[in-house]
Amino acid sequence: MTTYSTNEFKPGLKVMLDGDPCSIIENEFVKPGKGQAFNRVKIRNLKTGRVIERTYKSGDTMEGADVIDIEMQYLYNDGEFWHFMNPESFEQIAADHNAVGDAAKWMKEQDTCMVTLWNGVPLSVEPPHTVVLKIVETDPGVRGDTSGGGGKPATLDTGAVVRVPLFVQVGELVKVNTRTGEYISRAKE
Amino acid sequence: MTAEYRPDWRPAASTGMLQLRARIVSRLRAFLDNQGVLEVETPLLSHCAATDVHLRSLATRYTGPGAPGGRTLYLHTSPEYPMKRLLAAGSGSIYQLCKAFRDGESGRLHNPEFTLLEWYQVGDDHHALMGRIAALVGDALYGLLDLAPAETITYREAFLHYAGVDPFTDAAALIDWAHRHGLGPPDTAGALPAGDLDGWRDLVLTHAVEPNLGRGRLVFVHDYPASQAALACVRPGIPPLAERFELYLEGVELANGYHELADAPELGRRFDTDLERRRVLGLATVPRDERLLAALAAGLPDCSGVAIGIDRLIMLAAGARAIDSVLAFPLERA
Repeated sequence: MTTYSTNEFKPGLKVMLDGDPCSIIENEFVKPGKGQAFNRVKIRNLKTGRVIERTYKSGDTMEGADVIDIEMQYLYNDGEFWHFMNPESFEQIAADHNAVGDAAKWMKEQDTCMVTLWNGVPLSVEPPHTVVLKIVETDPGVRGDTSGGGGKPATLDTGAVVRVPLFVQVGELVKVNTRTGEYISRAKE
Repeated sequence: MTAEYRPDWRPAASTGMLQLRARIVSRLRAFLDNQGVLEVETPLLSHCAATDVHLRSLATRYTGPGAPGGRTLYLHTSPEYPMKRLLAAGSGSIYQLCKAFRDGESGRLHNPEFTLLEWYQVGDDHHALMGRIAALVGDALYGLLDLAPAETITYREAFLHYAGVDPFTDAAALIDWAHRHGLGPPDTAGALPAGDLDGWRDLVLTHAVEPNLGRGRLVFVHDYPASQAALACVRPGIPPLAERFELYLEGVELANGYHELADAPELGRRFDTDLERRRVLGLATVPRDERLLAALAAGLPDCSGVAIGIDRLIMLAAGARAIDSVLAFPLERA
């Protein structure tokens, strides 16, 4: 197993802490001029998302976590699991609700998502930054309104609800920012 | 092939920061020159190196006349040893502004190459020198930072006041403190051996004490544990205390000073203790500076000395958060 010394600590490094895979967020070197050096580290637990602070004696090591980010194609949901395929190896994996989380409401079949795997098992799924989805339900807009000011809620074909301008109608495609959940524009097929 | 664009050719410090550096350095010089302190230069490269287990010297090699097969030379971690040889030779009070080098130290407040002001005042004990340093730093920062009058606090008082733990109890009390503050065993600072009392003191110091020191004023911490005397005199008592001090401003360690140990046999014993600890810890062994021991045997005048971190001083004067912003070319761009 890979181990990392404090000299290798940097934001983004994946390490094991208390049996869970974690990612280093911040690493500060602290040393009295004539004393022991320490590394004060902020670490995010990749399973729970919790951020914790730890201090290591400089020169200490942490076990690396076999965590990789890989682009995968979302195939389908069987009611319990979301299935993804590696477009290069055609290998398929199934992610549970804990891993998919909020990404579920943005994912459409065939979309390419970033799947974080720990020892080959999905830890988390990130949808594309922007997605194009179809409006399945929204109030009829006011004719002539093109400004988009105010807006109205619209339900998309994945189940997500976003605010759209009044002129956007059921059956239309819209481009949405998945990070903020905000409408960007109308879209064509 | 097109030339690769390297934005890091640029300095990390702004021109304004370079001007601030020049202003502070010239004020420090003017102050010391006016006090009749002699500016000196000593070698950055030396045959010997500091024995302190917490200092790692960078080593390089010289090959040429006098050393056909090449020989190891160390970049100094401070100019302390040769400056004491000058003092023993009768220089009177001296100072030096120079680069110092420390392997393994890089971070928000550390660059492996940094600027030190090293100053020895003959006839001063550590308290007298602390007073002069407050005046020197106050003068350098005049018009830049509005500081309240300097204060002193003992190492023990600082621990009791800010961490609520007595540094002169045993390691168990400090380990318990660390544990209660989420810093303790098993997997974090637990890599510090239970018997490493000074290591646990440093953990409490860096996490709970230092960040509170010197808010809006210069604060001198003095009377260190004898085990942390380094090259300071130790005053007998229960417990014996090192006549050593550190200067803090805004939670940042700015200076380290001693009422200087002048006892050659005692210095030899401290060197040997350090070298034995280095051997046990598997650290690089370094040659003892026999010339320094000879200088002390010849007679070091009663004096106190201090090393002030100039980059950090400039950083605080500028209200900057990291040392990199006051260095033209920090390690990454060097």
